[in-house]
Amino acid sequence: MSSLAHAAADSMTMLRRNLTHALRYPAMTVSVVAMPVMMLLLFTYAFGGALGAGIGAAPGGDGAYIDYLAPGIILMTATAGSVATAVGVCVDMTEGIVNRFRTMSLSRAAFLTGHVAGSVVQTLIALALVIGVALAIGFRPDATAVEWLAAFGLLAFLALGLTWLSAGIGLVSRTPESASNTPLPLTFLPFLGSAVVPTDSMPTALRWFAEYQPFTPAVETLRGLLMGTPIGNSGYLALAWCAGLTAVGYLWSRSAFGRSAKR
Amino acid sequence: MPATPTPAPATLTTPPAISALGLRKSYGDKVVLDGIDLRIAEGSVFALLGPNGAGKTTTVEILSTLIRPDAGTAHVAGHDLERDPAGVRAAIGVTGQFAAVDQLLNAEENLLLMADLQHLPRRAGRRRAGDLLERFELTAAARKPVSTLSGGMRRKLDLAMTLVGDPRVIFLDEPTTGLDPRSRRTMWEIIRGLVTEQRVTVLLTTQYLEEADQLADRIAVLDRGRLVAEGTAGELKRLVPGGHIRLRFSCPGQLDTAAHHFGVATRDDDELTLRVPGDGGVETLRAVLDVLDGAGLRPESLTVHTPDLDDVFLTLTGAGRTPGAADPRKETTR
Repeated sequence: MSSLAHAAADSMTMLRRNLTHALRYPAMTVSVVAMPVMMLLLFTYAFGGALGAGIGAAPGGDGAYIDYLAPGIILMTATAGSVATAVGVCVDMTEGIVNRFRTMSLSRAAFLTGHVAGSVVQTLIALALVIGVALAIGFRPDATAVEWLAAFGLLAFLALGLTWLSAGIGLVSRTPESASNTPLPLTFLPFLGSAVVPTDSMPTALRWFAEYQPFTPAVETLRGLLMGTPIGNSGYLALAWCAGLTAVGYLWSRSAFGRSAKR
Repeated sequence: MPATPTPAPATLTTPPAISALGLRKSYGDKVVLDGIDLRIAEGSVFALLGPNGAGKTTTVEILSTLIRPDAGTAHVAGHDLERDPAGVRAAIGVTGQFAAVDQLLNAEENLLLMADLQHLPRRAGRRRAGDLLERFELTAAARKPVSTLSGGMRRKLDLAMTLVGDPRVIFLDEPTTGLDPRSRRTMWEIIRGLVTEQRVTVLLTTQYLEEADQLADRIAVLDRGRLVAEGTAGELKRLVPGGHIRLRFSCPGQLDTAAHHFGVATRDDDELTLRVPGDGGVETLRAVLDVLDGAGLRPESLTVHTPDLDDVFLTLTGAGRTPGAADPRKETTR
């Protein structure tokens, strides 16, 4: 086997390991799904009437608030799923197993690649579940198959970027607790964008922030793909953000993994 | 008494399995390894003996490619540590101080994970895992989550995982620290088996003189980052003062009488004590008591002193250990 084939095989082994963990201890996956589902129910039923009226959505039927909200919640699912990686990576780092991997002749990248790939797979499953719940309670997207595919592609790309970033957080965190807390602000960023309400209802400073943070173009693109609202340049912006997050997260994680050996 | 490191004789024709020259490592201004030379013959068990903080783990971490030395060169299984770490990794197996097992998997899955990472074909991997479970008496626990296994079983699993890849050189970092005496014996049996059956080379670190004595062909004593002695267990023991029985009396008269009866003993008139050489065994003790009875003597106290690791250090590092350390001469009052 060539070294590339070895690297791929090792990454697959690590991916299998992480998926086995997820299957055996589903608590993390469950909480990743439960959080957005709660948000969805809360915002649709408890706040939905007032928020919907505020943004001029018709109650029930076409243009209902849930059609505005669901893409935002779906995006939050991608975020919540990704940041869970930090905990998994940190747990491995604080136990002896990672040193065992380091003393074996296996591809150095496999450990992180396995974690990230496993997390993206889990996030995609969580997304499918959350979308299912949204559809069940009245979300009516008008997307074609190609648009759905594009939406999933965007979500997977965003999840990839956030997961690499999260892996880096896991590598530099000293305890699993801090690895679980550090990325929390990330999961709140969508609220400070157009996930739940349009940004033009916000005060100037916040609106300025909301318009330039990564989740706003991502959610606008998603909304455009699923609901047919105008996308404008949000699509390019979202892709650029995803590419940037992935590149930064990947490079940071790699160097953090290299450095952690010399601790 | 200066200790002279002697070159490992074993086999002069084959190159050593592990050789190191001038290994140094510091963290900040704390020097952990201060120039270590090692030469370990293929198929032998070599023990690095030393207290906590002597640099044992750091030595293992360097030789197993986990960390890089600040200076020095080393070869492991014929591969240069600096130029060919991948070659070193392919030839070694490491079992660390803290069981490096995947807590969320069961014992069998842990072994299969190793088999996959060693790129064994699926069927060969299953067979290997099954063999190892059987050999280490873990078959009954194969499907139990690792988190429910005892410390001894976990350590066995850890070693089994190390063996999946058929390493030529095995590093065992304090393999029995924290184990109960029974698990420790089991571990010793396993380690002996490895060497006699598969002719692997073992570098083990330990704090226990007895462990090094039981397992190792050669022992090096590590103290504050330096090797202070190297030799066989017998050679090292000759450096250690023998055990003795210490008798304390209430008055100089009794001490005089006792000294007369014991002959070979050394006396301390200020302390009113008499040191009788002996190994601390039951027979010696009985003989001493018989002499005391025969002379009608009743010492105030009797303590048995057995030589231990601290004695080795006392002897090898000159005067006492670092200032402020507790009295290293442990005595057992009987």
